[in-house]
Amino acid sequence: MKKTIRISVSAIIPCLLFSLPARGADHDAVPADTVPEQLNELVVTGRRLPQVTIPAQVLSGDELKRLNSNSVADALRYFSGVQVKDYGGVGGIKTVNIRSMGTNHTGVVYDGVELGNAQNGQIDLGQFSLDNIESLSLYNGQKSEILQPAKDFGSAGTIYMHTRTPKFAEGETYHARATVRTGSFDLLNPSALVELRLSSRVNAQLSAEWLNSSGKYKFRYRRVNPAGETAYDTTAVRQNGDIDATRLELNFNGTLRCGSWSAKAYNYTSERGVPGAIVNNVWRRGERIWDNNSFVQGRFTGYWGRFTSLNNVKYAFYRTHYVNNDDKQLKIDNLYRQKEIYLSSANEYEILPQWRVSASYDFMWNTLDADMYGFAKPDRFSHFLSAATALSLDRFKLQASALGTFIHDELKGRQSPEDKKVFTPAVYVSGQPLRSRDFSVRAFYKRSFRMPTFNDLYYADMGNSALSPERVTQYNVGLMYARSRRSGFVPEVRVSVDAYYNKVKDKIVAYPKGQQFRWTMLNLGKVDIKGVDVTAAVTLNPVDDFFITARAQYTFQEAIDVTNPADNYYRDQIPYIPHHSGAAVVNLTWRGWNLNYSWIYVGERYNQQENIRYNYTQPWYTSDLSASKDFRLGRVSMRALVEVNNLLSQDYDVIINYPMPKRNYRFTLSVEI
Amino acid sequence: MNINRNIRNLFFFVYFLPLLMVATSCREDELVVPTEYDIIPETPSESTGIRGFYLVNEGNMGSNKCTLDYFDYFTGLYARNFYAERNPAVIKELGDVGNDIGIYGSKMYVVVNCSHKVEVLDARSGVRLGQIDIPNCRYVRFHRGKAYVSAYVGPVLIDPNAPKGAVYEVDTASIQVTRKVIVGYQPEEMEVVDDYMYVANSGGYRAPGYDNTVSVIQMTDFKQIRQIEVGINLHRLKKDGYKQLWVSSRGDHMGRPSRLYVLDSKNPYNRMEVTDTIPVACSNMAIRGDSLYYYATEWNSFTASNTISYGIINVRTHEIVSTNFITDGTDRNIIIPYGIAVHPETGDIFVTDAKNYVSSGTLYCFGPDGRKKWSVRTGDIPAHIAFLPR
Repeated sequence: MKKTIRISVSAIIPCLLFSLPARGADHDAVPADTVPEQLNELVVTGRRLPQVTIPAQVLSGDELKRLNSNSVADALRYFSGVQVKDYGGVGGIKTVNIRSMGTNHTGVVYDGVELGNAQNGQIDLGQFSLDNIESLSLYNGQKSEILQPAKDFGSAGTIYMHTRTPKFAEGETYHARATVRTGSFDLLNPSALVELRLSSRVNAQLSAEWLNSSGKYKFRYRRVNPAGETAYDTTAVRQNGDIDATRLELNFNGTLRCGSWSAKAYNYTSERGVPGAIVNNVWRRGERIWDNNSFVQGRFTGYWGRFTSLNNVKYAFYRTHYVNNDDKQLKIDNLYRQKEIYLSSANEYEILPQWRVSASYDFMWNTLDADMYGFAKPDRFSHFLSAATALSLDRFKLQASALGTFIHDELKGRQSPEDKKVFTPAVYVSGQPLRSRDFSVRAFYKRSFRMPTFNDLYYADMGNSALSPERVTQYNVGLMYARSRRSGFVPEVRVSVDAYYNKVKDKIVAYPKGQQFRWTMLNLGKVDIKGVDVTAAVTLNPVDDFFITARAQYTFQEAIDVTNPADNYYRDQIPYIPHHSGAAVVNLTWRGWNLNYSWIYVGERYNQQENIRYNYTQPWYTSDLSASKDFRLGRVSMRALVEVNNLLSQDYDVIINYPMPKRNYRFTLSVEI
Repeated sequence: MNINRNIRNLFFFVYFLPLLMVATSCREDELVVPTEYDIIPETPSESTGIRGFYLVNEGNMGSNKCTLDYFDYFTGLYARNFYAERNPAVIKELGDVGNDIGIYGSKMYVVVNCSHKVEVLDARSGVRLGQIDIPNCRYVRFHRGKAYVSAYVGPVLIDPNAPKGAVYEVDTASIQVTRKVIVGYQPEEMEVVDDYMYVANSGGYRAPGYDNTVSVIQMTDFKQIRQIEVGINLHRLKKDGYKQLWVSSRGDHMGRPSRLYVLDSKNPYNRMEVTDTIPVACSNMAIRGDSLYYYATEWNSFTASNTISYGIINVRTHEIVSTNFITDGTDRNIIIPYGIAVHPETGDIFVTDAKNYVSSGTLYCFGPDGRKKWSVRTGDIPAHIAFLPR
């Protein structure tokens, strides 16, 4: 069965579009050894199915739309092993940390090209709307696919965002969709999408979105004394959390006789307030940020016999204007300008149908200009060279890769630090040891690093240009059971368990320096991380047209600081990493109706390094509920969605002193032709 | 279509959810943070005039973890973080980044910099009496029934990009601001000598264009009458028994090092002026009798480490008597000295260690001979000490 499918796919789509989300594909067309999880991540490169050794966690299509999520960051909370740092509200900064290794080790790839931030190494995923996102996938280590840019072999964990790709049925020449969202926080969020079939080989897509919100919400702080009497109980309105943002995205996709290409232009412009910490006597702050992020990127994939080539190019310009207007504090008015040029060529050769090799080379140039006293204006030249091989036998898959990274920084008016050369290997294996192909085991080993950011190295008084890269070693073993059928009471079931051990060394930490309250950055930290990720999903079909889908994930992590036995936090859990966290989603679908319940749990944590009572942060868990109805009016299909978030109105902080909203609502109406 | 298998699969999932529930714990009511006690092996002398001392832990900015510790010589108990327990109804507790503490009469004043307030407490019980809102307040000193608080931001924004600072006068009976005077940029410590107040101006918000003056305020009409040029980025200002002022400069953290200046007014015009520069770096100091105890932390970018010194200067002769008043080697355990105080009667020297600024610090007590008597865990960034009279 499996073999025939593989042959038929290669026969039918010799020169298919590069990235085709296979959501619409018939489940039966999936060979038994490609698990349903990777369906959505299917990258059909012409003559064969992808050879992903370890599949990703994926959220896509309708499932993604139904989760109560304002942004990509919200949706990522449903993945195991991920902790989202959320400063609260629509405009609040949201960053992710995979398996406790730190935000800077997380790669974020947007339609095939990694997003960069050379300044602080962190991508604010709150800025990415879900409006245009077709699928989100999370790979621990790297995507175990050998045809990819060299840089993609580099992160300790990677999130891939795929925007919607136009798919036209026979005779269709355009699609159009208009959506409007409104609700709590004075939210107004209209968006529009137009897709045009320009020719049989080229189509275009324009997506635009405007987001406006006052960011105001009620939050509550309450304390009781040991006798159970209320010590204080106060409810206030979050201030200075307003946002006004636009997103514009233009995409072209085309197919060639033996290849495909795509091009994208992206702009995100926003003005927002930074709500700041709520501390005694301070309920409002005066910080504001203006962002203007633009990039253009293009990609070309070509197939020549056994040879496949994937080429990317990108230019990005990020402008950030930060102002602190608080008349009680130091006035700050800084402008940061970052530029990036990225070129990548990934090439794969099929020696045998079961054995492939690849080599990739990427070049990247980054620069940062800040109108700040004492800033070094660095230029960074990075070269990434990778080699990889993949072996795919009947029941066994192996992939090995090695990445060499060479980084040279140049400073204006200062001596450049030493060049950095880092070599990082990775090995991925998976197999199906039992007679049933539903069951698989997998393992990987990977070394990776993060470069010190421009801020770590050159920030006015704090930077330390002598920093070395921060290194991570990951070991992972896991098993998975996945089965899908066309019909029956349980059409689909999927369970996976992974255990991992990560070691972070030369961790870049702030170290007190000189007199008073000053810091510098040093390669001091060591962290040992042991964890278990469990995911499970099941689909039930008790009655015709009635489906129940349940999905759950649980993460256990012990991430301890092992830097120095003399520290009073030696072997304590690192800040903001809970021992236990998880999520569960239950979805009921009946014809056009859909009801979704999701629950997120983050266990007790400590907000500073020492695991003492003063630093204890309570668990939080929220229940979100949404209901939607799809209906048609002639040619027009419509969807109405009502969401209630934080149903039980829990008062919680993800980050201490950054209160989260109480119960809130959102209404969405979407029209598509 | 194996029904059995389907059901088995389903059960696996059904087992899994309760497992998740068991592994996790629930949210409880947020309790007022309780005080913790440590026993200190210390016995006071019969005739002592000192009951104990308070220690302000600054807490990292934005953490709202400014806390107050109290040590009582008579009970031998060190009470860590006792403000919240004593004042449970105060919303968000003591506040964000403590910066100074002073006791005057029956009242205690805690300056909480990033909460923009001076917290007024009963000095014996620690119970809150009220607060004085002063933007970006820094230090507090007392003179003739009034408290004086330096603040980075003056009441009138003359230059919005770098407003001059001010000194606020607070009536200690009504705890209300009565007057204010604009001084130099970002004023820090103050002292009153002969009815003139001297204020060290840092200009820290204007780096690299630091202020370099000490403001002189005539107390009768509360006016700034002149500014004395001393050195850049001034911080500490202490008077000794000879009516001399000891003023520290932080330097610019680059080429110009930290220094300690001496001012006196023994000249025909009776005007304070710089008369001596002590060639040491000085981060903080405390004076008892003729001895000025100081420490200095200087960053050496070549070795990527701090050079820390603990010295004693004779304020009469201006001689450096000692370059390490810690004699038993305990100084090796101190990562970042952050506060210093000397017991007015016994001469015991207190040094606090702020470590990495985001974990519990340590308070060390050394005898006058420089040997460690005891140490105790404190809150985050232990910094400022005020002795409570008996």
